[in-house]
Amino acid sequence: MLNSSVARLSALLAARKISSVELTSAFLERIRSLNPVLNAFISVDEEASLGQARAADAVIASGEAQPLTGIPIAQKDIFCTRGRLTTCGSRMLSNFVSPYDAHVIERFDAAGAVNIGKTNMDEFAMGSSNETSYFGPVKNPWDVAAVPGGSSGGSACSVAARMAPAATGTDTGGSIRQPAALCGISGLKPTYGMVSRYGMIAFASSLDQGGPMAKTAEDLALMLNVMAGFDARDSTSLQREPEDYARDLEKPLAGLRIGLPKEYFVKEVDRDVARAVEAALGEYRRLGATAVEVSLPATRLSVPVYYVLAPAEASSNLSRFDGVRYGYRAPAYADLDDMYRKTRAQGFGAEVQRRILIGTYVLSQGYYDAYYLQAQRLRRLIAQDFVEAFRQCDLIMGPTSPTVAFDLGERSSDPVQMYLSDAYTIAANLAGLPAMSIPVGFGQGSRPVGLHIIGNYFAEARMLNAAHRYQQATDWHLRVPQACPDGAPGTRE
Amino acid sequence: MPLSLDDVKRVADLARIEVGEEQAHAVLAQLAGVFDLIQEMQAVEAAAVEPLSHAQDVMLRLRPDAVTEADQRQLFQSVAPSVEAGLYLVPRVIE
Repeated sequence: MLNSSVARLSALLAARKISSVELTSAFLERIRSLNPVLNAFISVDEEASLGQARAADAVIASGEAQPLTGIPIAQKDIFCTRGRLTTCGSRMLSNFVSPYDAHVIERFDAAGAVNIGKTNMDEFAMGSSNETSYFGPVKNPWDVAAVPGGSSGGSACSVAARMAPAATGTDTGGSIRQPAALCGISGLKPTYGMVSRYGMIAFASSLDQGGPMAKTAEDLALMLNVMAGFDARDSTSLQREPEDYARDLEKPLAGLRIGLPKEYFVKEVDRDVARAVEAALGEYRRLGATAVEVSLPATRLSVPVYYVLAPAEASSNLSRFDGVRYGYRAPAYADLDDMYRKTRAQGFGAEVQRRILIGTYVLSQGYYDAYYLQAQRLRRLIAQDFVEAFRQCDLIMGPTSPTVAFDLGERSSDPVQMYLSDAYTIAANLAGLPAMSIPVGFGQGSRPVGLHIIGNYFAEARMLNAAHRYQQATDWHLRVPQACPDGAPGTRE
Repeated sequence: MPLSLDDVKRVADLARIEVGEEQAHAVLAQLAGVFDLIQEMQAVEAAAVEPLSHAQDVMLRLRPDAVTEADQRQLFQSVAPSVEAGLYLVPRVIE
């Protein structure tokens, strides 16, 4: 049961082979046994989860079930959840019980899904290793000496370690795809504007996008069917006809044109990662796809452009945390101004403070044109590269991350090294394109490698089709970490 | 243009984050590395390129100028650090 896909569990529930209460209880027990080591969850409310499971069983009995009715889903602790702790991985919100639900939470509730717990994350989603969380780092279930990636590291870990069949994440510069790659699961960042940001605590609003994380591409499609959709409360939510993202899963791949950006296959990619990616591309050729070389010349600017735009937007978004209306307030201060300064110095961790300071600097008088405006100009060049590339191909592929999971502590004292681990994922956020990662093998230290698939705007169904067909032909997505007791036998390279 | 200690203090002041003297030196060292990274983009000539703020060039929606939110003051104030008589309490600002 713990190793089954969401699609399989949904069929078992519909056939009354299992109940949601049984399913939810099994995952809660799994969390109880593994979470003390892996630290993937910040909060779990067993009674609330079981209450949702009982309600789901009643819905199933009445014949009104939807595909996710009764399925436990782990929710990243960035999504506001009414009446439950929503911390965003920060001391600033360590006592925050949300008075309202995020749109994504409303959607899962309406679909009858069970919230199995709130997952650990880098503080305010700022990080690539989950080490900036106020609640301590998450461990990688493939090797507890390694980071799980970030910022949705708790979500990735929970799925990889079979503590949840699927989870939600958010992705501002790679925060769904990089941890999915490092934990050996599948994750999708949709086209910007498809999933409402209402109630999703803001980091960089023009880049933030919620998305699903699961074992299989088919499960991602089922999740996206629930998560995507117009919401008037998010000013950048797109008004589009609803689609079934699972509709094209089985389509043959003959004729698929895969673009390989020459800038993504360079010496900066570790050899073990390059080998696994090459092997995956070989599999795609066997499935009938053809490869064409494309070029994304401005992509080298992605990291610097991102580290101007994202901190700038963050410095503005995080100005709301002042110790007045909600969240942490410093215990002692001299006056109002001192209260702000001490509250923010004590409530935010070092990385969040660093990014607020960078953002404040690039937006400050005399520097705006040189930094912020210049970055927005280069952002257009980066986006235009993709428009050109998609004239020659249907999907773009490459490595999700230049390395496998690195060790805990290895990069935490060097922000620049940490930022470079998102070199391949950031461009899709800047261009607003959908992008995903799927597991395609193992590299150094038997740590997982992810294949990055970037699609054109609204090409999610096509991307999921390509990922699904690959997963029909291979079994990397079925591997279970050995560290996880009572999973299926974990076969590793 | 290299970042100075005064820059760090000025920005920390603008951001309302208390940064002690000793800490400011450490912050300066780390921000300097980040700004070295950012400088790469200064070399690109892009004055003729129109800035891109959102990937989808869509217009913001308009809606009728009508009240849509219900009054939830009590609920929202239930999570505030300090309230009294329906007001948020902060240190005195006028003597």
